[in-house]
Amino acid sequence: MSLAAQVLHLARRSVIRTLRQPANWITPLIFPLALMAVNTGGLDAATNLPGFPSDSFLAFFLAFPFIQGALFATVNAGVDLARDIQTGFLNRLSLTPMQGAALLVGHLGGVIAMGFLQALWYLAVGLAIGVRLESGVLGALVLFVLAVLIVVAFGSFGALAALRTGSTEAVHSLFPVFFVFLFISSMNLPRNLIETDWFRIAASVNPVSYLIEAIRSLVIVGWDGQALALGFGITIALAILGLTLSSLALRGVMART
Amino acid sequence: MNRTLGVAGAVGWRLLHNNFTTPSLLLPGLAFPLFFFVAFAGGLSRVNDVPGFQFPVGYTAFQFVFVLLQSAAFAGVFTGFGIVRDFETGFARRLLLAAPDRRGILLGYAMGALGRWAVTATVLTVVALVAGMEVGGNGVDIFALYALAVFVNACGLLWSAGIAMRLRTLQAAPLMQLPIFLSLFFAPVFVPVDLLADWLRVIAHLNPVTLLLEAGRSLIAGTPTHVGYAFAAAAGLIGLFSVLAVRGKKKEEAAGG
Repeated sequence: MSLAAQVLHLARRSVIRTLRQPANWITPLIFPLALMAVNTGGLDAATNLPGFPSDSFLAFFLAFPFIQGALFATVNAGVDLARDIQTGFLNRLSLTPMQGAALLVGHLGGVIAMGFLQALWYLAVGLAIGVRLESGVLGALVLFVLAVLIVVAFGSFGALAALRTGSTEAVHSLFPVFFVFLFISSMNLPRNLIETDWFRIAASVNPVSYLIEAIRSLVIVGWDGQALALGFGITIALAILGLTLSSLALRGVMART
Repeated sequence: MNRTLGVAGAVGWRLLHNNFTTPSLLLPGLAFPLFFFVAFAGGLSRVNDVPGFQFPVGYTAFQFVFVLLQSAAFAGVFTGFGIVRDFETGFARRLLLAAPDRRGILLGYAMGALGRWAVTATVLTVVALVAGMEVGGNGVDIFALYALAVFVNACGLLWSAGIAMRLRTLQAAPLMQLPIFLSLFFAPVFVPVDLLADWLRVIAHLNPVTLLLEAGRSLIAGTPTHVGYAFAAAAGLIGLFSVLAVRGKKKEEAAGG
């Protein structure tokens, strides 16, 4: 069986598995939008701050569900992989000619499918409630590409955690860590409007800020080359790092089995 | 009476012992309120400058009250998780057999929830004061603020205990925490109620948590407003959830733990 066929089989399994666990796809579709509603309703008045870059907090905040949804997809996917290790599926797989790369890429197939569906859903909801993309239709396509890349980057770290620990609980415990990165970012206010010095510095060194700002730029600015370059650059760097470390961890796991 | 208190003391001590000797139970309860406080008070302090935002003792105190009440509610909810764990491990069944007065079991859980929150509240208060939080209220006001939080803690515990004793499975965890989470966030979390978006303002006005938050904030500012109503609302919720908890307890006894 070719590598592509192996990837296809495992990706199909990953997608079906995700679909068969409603909690794995309902939560990422609903919860980020609920938080967006609460924050938008609560912080709408922040648009009156001098220098706030948009007159719609909803448009400003639309980037948030893309990132939080990616976190959910990542943890869920990591948990699935950890369960494969716990239940011995990976042991059985190692007795077949299946290649490690196929396992990793195939596993991420479910994450990518989920990321694509989420992006479509968030954008559809955003447009339905009145957000207009300043970057137009092409911007929407770029947004999709970036959203899926972010899911791949985060997903690779979820896979890494699963492969290193082999424990669903350990992967679950990653969620609060990711959550810290999300909240200590420019999620609620632009960095130049964050008054507290240490928070602004933390948000500036936090890569998640740049992912949010890249998505946000497509919604409220139009085409901001710097924001997009930083967003794509950091996402691709994270994906490469995560995939490399996951591949190394996978070798160890397959060798042990 | 002595037998009730004896059972309550033993159950409460066991809960506290478990909580303070198990890092995986202790740390989330301490870390999450601190994290929310840091993220909201640090990241959103500029909201203080929004036209129409008038809170005399600053945004840190404004957010402190929310996080204090939130931590109180969730200390109760997390204790509910402990009750479920007791069912799943079979401890609850042994407890029912051993307790000479079963009313003490619920009282013991309430004592455990209160002890657990007391530590979180102490740490949170110290962090807030170190961060420069201003306090406008006098000793009586601050005592009333913490008393209000104790009421909220009891509400959280009684709600989650009622669900836990009825359903006796950790799968009920979302039902225990989601209504509390939503009622806390569909309230004026980031800005006063008058500055909320129209749709959220309507919900917030119907939400009793708004009354608790506004009374708490008025107490820390030293301008007590609607405090009596807030205590009455909290007492009403305690009465309502007590019925749920006591009936849950009876169902538990009927099911044999």
